[in-house]
Amino acid sequence: MNIFVCVKQVPDTETKITPNSDGSFIETNSIKWIMNPYDEFAVEQALLIKAANSGSTVTVLRVGGIKDTEALRTAMAMGADESYLVEADDNLDSYRTAKALKGAIEKSGKNPDLILSGKQAIDSDSLQVPQLLAQMLNLPSVSVVVGFEQNGEELTLKREVEGGTIEIYSVKTPCVVACNKGLNTPRYASLPGIMKAKKKPLTQLSLSDVGVTAEDQRVKYSNFQLPPEKPPGKKFETGDNVASVVKEVVGLLRNEAKVI
Amino acid sequence: MAKILVFTETTGDNVKTVTLEILGKLNGHEVDVVSISNLSESSITELAKYGAGNIHQLKGNHLEHYTPEGYSQALKSFIDGKGYDYVFTGSTSIGKDLIPRLAGMFDAGMASEVTNFIFEGDTFAGTRPLFAGKCLAKVEISGPKPHFITVRPNALGLAESPSAGAGSKSEASVSVDQVRASIKEIIKGASEKLDLTEANIIVSGGRAIKDASNFKILNELADVLGATVGASRAAVDSGYAPHSMQVGQTGKTVAPSLYIACGISGAIQHLAGMRTSKCIVAINTDPEAPIFTKADYGIVGDLFDVVPLLTQEFKALLG
Ligand SMILES: Cc1cc2nc3c(=O)[nH]c(=O)nc-3n(C[C@H](O)[C@H](O)[C@H](O)COP(=O)(O)OP(=O)(O)OC[C@H]3O[C@@H](n4cnc5c(N)ncnc54)[C@H](O)[C@@H]3O)c2cc1C
Repeated sequence: MNIFVCVKQVPDTETKITPNSDGSFIETNSIKWIMNPYDEFAVEQALLIKAANSGSTVTVLRVGGIKDTEALRTAMAMGADESYLVEADDNLDSYRTAKALKGAIEKSGKNPDLILSGKQAIDSDSLQVPQLLAQMLNLPSVSVVVGFEQNGEELTLKREVEGGTIEIYSVKTPCVVACNKGLNTPRYASLPGIMKAKKKPLTQLSLSDVGVTAEDQRVKYSNFQLPPEKPPGKKFETGDNVASVVKEVVGLLRNEAKVI
Repeated sequence: MAKILVFTETTGDNVKTVTLEILGKLNGHEVDVVSISNLSESSITELAKYGAGNIHQLKGNHLEHYTPEGYSQALKSFIDGKGYDYVFTGSTSIGKDLIPRLAGMFDAGMASEVTNFIFEGDTFAGTRPLFAGKCLAKVEISGPKPHFITVRPNALGLAESPSAGAGSKSEASVSVDQVRASIKEIIKGASEKLDLTEANIIVSGGRAIKDASNFKILNELADVLGATVGASRAAVDSGYAPHSMQVGQTGKTVAPSLYIACGISGAIQHLAGMRTSKCIVAINTDPEAPIFTKADYGIVGDLFDVVPLLTQEFKALLG
């Protein structure tokens, strides 16, 4: 099988975010970048499928800044075979990102059997790319996937929706699957894996190589700013008076905050 | 005045509250509503009260259950040629999955999960959180129309339209030719309560809960308040609660009017999911716990003492 995995490099979840001086994006200089946590489930799933289908290859794709190719090297250290980086701004909109991913798949010369991604990137939080990519490639897609079974070309996928309800989808490959936490437990890259990854092919492409132009921009962000800080709240030590503190807080919720 | 379509889902006999929030906010524009699930008489009245003009009910094959291909084809064939400038819907499980696919069919742009918006003339300008709410930005859409927007539930609030809409309902048949990813089975979740993403009040438990069975005291408090119960990742990873209950960066983003955090330290990834709650109550034995810096009301105390007393007190007040 030709398995493709889309990964994004995002700021570490602990990172303090600061808007840049003209508010056009965030300060990216001192950020520690990691592989988008949901994409780790996608990489792991790809490797599990590869192990179960001899002769399969796992190709990792990323659209983003060129400075740091950590996410791609990590995926290859985990066991992916090769990777493609389409060089672009880190704040490219979803439409251009999806179009670039489609272009990179075409450049690889391989017909995709399965395209995996995380259900969302934790920086832009847009949840658009897997569905857009599926539409652009005219493939079916299933998102927020927490269960994956393969039987030849038949996939049985569990999708998580509101209230913990699970929808069980049946779909044939080729298709696009967006993975959620709970699907599997991502492996760590081993030391030999990390050494090997250095020699695995990483192809670099530009946006124009994959047919993306300025006219493809669909969404523009501006005015990046920190959310307004809340005024400090009220803090109560319970001591021996738990009941009276509780009474007071309930009263405040009704009369001051007016949320009850 | 822009020409706008709002796609609505239903729960039981009612339209989702986020639809009414969107309609209220769109007051002054020409707004139609479209639904694929059946709309009851009472929901038509409700939609009209919030300003809906024409209400379209779509009928066709392959639409018994939601599927991304079925719903997107149905809406595409309905929208084509109608001249809508914008299509809005809630950022729900369906909205998040369907709208990007539909936008792709029109080669159109989409703004995800906005928490507020204005129109500058006919032009949409939204506000949305990025980086798990650590940052806000203005979002504008360009390119072919219609433009697509999903709105986070509970973010706009409800505001009835001063002028009710016509609310006249008509059926339209749509053609859906092929659904390749189809639903075989639906396994209902245990909870009949509103999902965390839509809940108006949330009671959440952290690692301090110590055991799955101790969620009972949170459930009792939630029942009195009509609330939904959530959990921190530590509680989920320790097996006290399923992942569908997790609030935070790798769980759900919530925006209730009241969030009660019980035995949760307030790690940055947890705050990411709940910081936009309008009012936050924190119960924690550690007076230095970071959650207290975000709480409107902080109670330094043992949750096993405080929570049952809260339940009693609310029962007395509301019961
Ligand atoms: C990539 C990544 C993603 C993450 N995503 C999420 C996420 O989505 N959601 C999330 O929640 N976390 C997430 N985390 C984990 C997060 O960093 C914290 O580990 C987690 O939120 C801690 O959960 P907790 O507050 O329940 O546990 P702890 O940090 O262990 O806090 C327990 C608290 O309970 C208090 N306590 C103890 N006993 C009592 C008592 N009897 N009564 C009252 N208080 C008591 C303690 O003082 C302490 O403050 C993520 C981490 C990473 C690295």
